[in-house]
Amino acid sequence: MAGRMRIRAQKKGDNTEVKVLMQHPMETGLRKDDAGETIPAHFITHVTATVGDRTVMESQWGAAVSQNPFLSFRFQGAEKGDKLKIAWKDNQGETAETTTSIR
Amino acid sequence: MNTDNGVINMDFKRRVVLKAGGALGVLATAGAWPLQALAKFARPEDAFKAEALDATFAALGGKPEGSDQIDLETPDIAENGAVVPVSVTSKLPGTEQIWLLVEKNPNPLAGGFMIPDNTEAFVQTRVKVAQTCDIYAVVKADGKLYMTANETKVTLGGCGG
Repeated sequence: MAGRMRIRAQKKGDNTEVKVLMQHPMETGLRKDDAGETIPAHFITHVTATVGDRTVMESQWGAAVSQNPFLSFRFQGAEKGDKLKIAWKDNQGETAETTTSIR
Repeated sequence: MNTDNGVINMDFKRRVVLKAGGALGVLATAGAWPLQALAKFARPEDAFKAEALDATFAALGGKPEGSDQIDLETPDIAENGAVVPVSVTSKLPGTEQIWLLVEKNPNPLAGGFMIPDNTEAFVQTRVKVAQTCDIYAVVKADGKLYMTANETKVTLGGCGG
């Protein structure tokens, strides 16, 4: 179910390249199930990426981000071994976070 | 609530809840997730709810000016509109935010990305595209909005319908 995340954070020159795959249904609230019942909206609204106290990326999403969202970005000023934390929150109040070491 | 920033926030939250009582508990909980970040990049709820492109632009702060300094990479043809890869690189100095809009989706605004200092003005993700239409990248740089757009033809819609 929702909550799992796979992160790759790799130092390339001055940059740290981050690729994140989050497990989430990203339901729009517009689809119907086989019985014709509307499937309630369920999507990630807010994503943050931090290294220590520093926010390196912050996102606000709607339901149009694809199921099991993918996000990639690059930032400077981190070293190998630094901890990168990705956290999300969805419209139903669920949250998840995963921390990984930059390699 | 397992995604707190740490002990300080937890303590802060508990104290606020105690002081404010049950009625404000919900507000306090919302505020504690991540406190400083939310203050910097507030969610433009009206823009996410807008149902047309122009209304979305208006809610984001006005119609952006066209720019050739934004690289927007999208497929010309998407076989599956549910998963359309999009990549944006802004060469505009002072890029603060990148927004992705899909013209003919029920709500055009797909998402926004705040670019702090020392983060590249680049973002890559995947969005749903309901039908053949333009995908827009809107960039806020030095307080002004700029945009570029590409058409993506969709052979299978993104709404699972």
